[in-house]
Amino acid sequence: MASSQSTVVGVGSPALKWVLRLLVVGYLFFLVGWPSALIVRRTFEGGTQAFTDALGDPDVTHALQLSATIALFAVVINLLFGVGMSLLLVRYEFPGKRVLSALIDLPLAVSPIVVGLALILVYNPRYGWFGQTLDAHGIQVIFAKPGMIMATTFVALPLVIREVVPVLEDMGNDQEQAANSLGANAWQTFWRITLPGIKWAVVYGVVLSMARSLGEFGAVKVVAGNISGETTTAPVLVQQKYQNFEQQTAYAVSFMLVAAAVVCLIIVALLRPKDEKKGGATATAALKKENP
Amino acid sequence: MSTATASVAGGRPTRVRRPASRHTLTKGSALGLGVNMIWFSLLVLIPLTAVVWTAGEDGFGTFTDALTNKQTFNALKLTVLSSLGVTAVNIVMGTIIAWVLVRDRFPGKKLIDLVIDIPFAMPTIVAGLVLLSLYGAESPLGLEWNNTRKAVFLALAFVTVPFVVRTVQPVLEEMDTDVEDAAASLGASRATTFRRIVLPTLAPAIFAGATLSFARAISEYGSLVLLSGNLPNRTEVASVRVYSSIEGGNPQSAAAVATILLLIALVAIVVFDLIQRRLARRG
Repeated sequence: MASSQSTVVGVGSPALKWVLRLLVVGYLFFLVGWPSALIVRRTFEGGTQAFTDALGDPDVTHALQLSATIALFAVVINLLFGVGMSLLLVRYEFPGKRVLSALIDLPLAVSPIVVGLALILVYNPRYGWFGQTLDAHGIQVIFAKPGMIMATTFVALPLVIREVVPVLEDMGNDQEQAANSLGANAWQTFWRITLPGIKWAVVYGVVLSMARSLGEFGAVKVVAGNISGETTTAPVLVQQKYQNFEQQTAYAVSFMLVAAAVVCLIIVALLRPKDEKKGGATATAALKKENP
Repeated sequence: MSTATASVAGGRPTRVRRPASRHTLTKGSALGLGVNMIWFSLLVLIPLTAVVWTAGEDGFGTFTDALTNKQTFNALKLTVLSSLGVTAVNIVMGTIIAWVLVRDRFPGKKLIDLVIDIPFAMPTIVAGLVLLSLYGAESPLGLEWNNTRKAVFLALAFVTVPFVVRTVQPVLEEMDTDVEDAAASLGASRATTFRRIVLPTLAPAIFAGATLSFARAISEYGSLVLLSGNLPNRTEVASVRVYSSIEGGNPQSAAAVATILLLIALVAIVVFDLIQRRLARRG
């Protein structure tokens, strides 16, 4: 009785309900749905021909390989850094912790182009702060893979931490303390207690980082420079191909990039146990409720 | 061993998420913190400092040069105004979408949930391509909005769709309808209930999402490259301006515009937080 009443209040009058539904469906259809459907149709206009052509193009295979390599490095670095940093932020006290936790989110508010510029100013071999020294030792960062990996790592940096921190906070450290008092060392406690608890948050963070890393365009473009071919990643290749009127190839590569991201997301959705779905979100909401 | 002593020292009986229950740094964790901080500094802190430093090296001159340059000023103006507009659209549409997703039930709702995540899964350059298909030269609607300011607005709206929805949704799910029922049974109209009960509860989430979407919008680059044509003084945004300064071998003016962008983002975060606090207090 009470619940049926509350839905009436919750939704509003039937007329309003329909107006809102139409507004939502219309907005998303014109902004996201229709354009996305159109692009898929155009990609498959000639069957799978576009893909066969694209994969036969050495530029495309090289760009895809390069993107995959860079994304892999960036994800591994962010995984190690992210889990380590989350543990430090949640489980330990140290001066400057609040500032650090605010700074972690900084990469989300910085333009990819500014990320590229920032790295260039420090690691450029000609006028960079560290770049000159590194160059003297034969280490090239900018216009090479290390710089591209750094740029990608930068933009995806907070993703793992943002997923793991709320779950760690929610979990508390009772079990870890119990394990400690029973004689487990820090390493055993981490592998047996902490990691299983944050497993899904870590996986979700990794998948988000993977999707972000594969698709990064601006930051990588700036640090990669215009050395044709060698440092062209898949998203940059999409731009080049499109501007060279090789639209079918551009569509095919785009489709592969999006498909990779979507497959990652679907795998996680399937793997994740039902009750832990939206773990991060609900955990945060629960926390907010607990101490507003 | 040292971890154990630390935890025993902190392990008092009524220890529910109090700072006291956290460990102070042990030898191992201090090393971990050191390594993490060195990496974080090398990757993020020092490079971003370099941007601000390079911009301010010659005093305010670089900034005044940047701001008095008509093309740069127009780019910044376009960026800030479109981002504000898109954020306003997101505040309204995002809240409505979240509302419909949580409180309404109809077939195809799952599909909407899925569509909202598309912009997150899509590389920005692909987002531009996708929008070109409906709003570009070969538009089935005959719109041809490419290379216009409408295209800038569209691209920003596209890439920021999920932010407000995904921050408001969980809060709306957690919200009890009892209070709304109580208000309604006491004679409050739907509008009043929404304004006095629902809105103050949702305000923090709405503005958290709005802050994210504004920050994303002012820094957007990839989706605009193919779509907006980057026409000077017309459709060129600040990020594109920074990029052409880098390409033109003028890192200092690039750094000046970049610093202005960072400042705008910072101001926006503070302003949105103030609005949010004011709205939340109205409850």
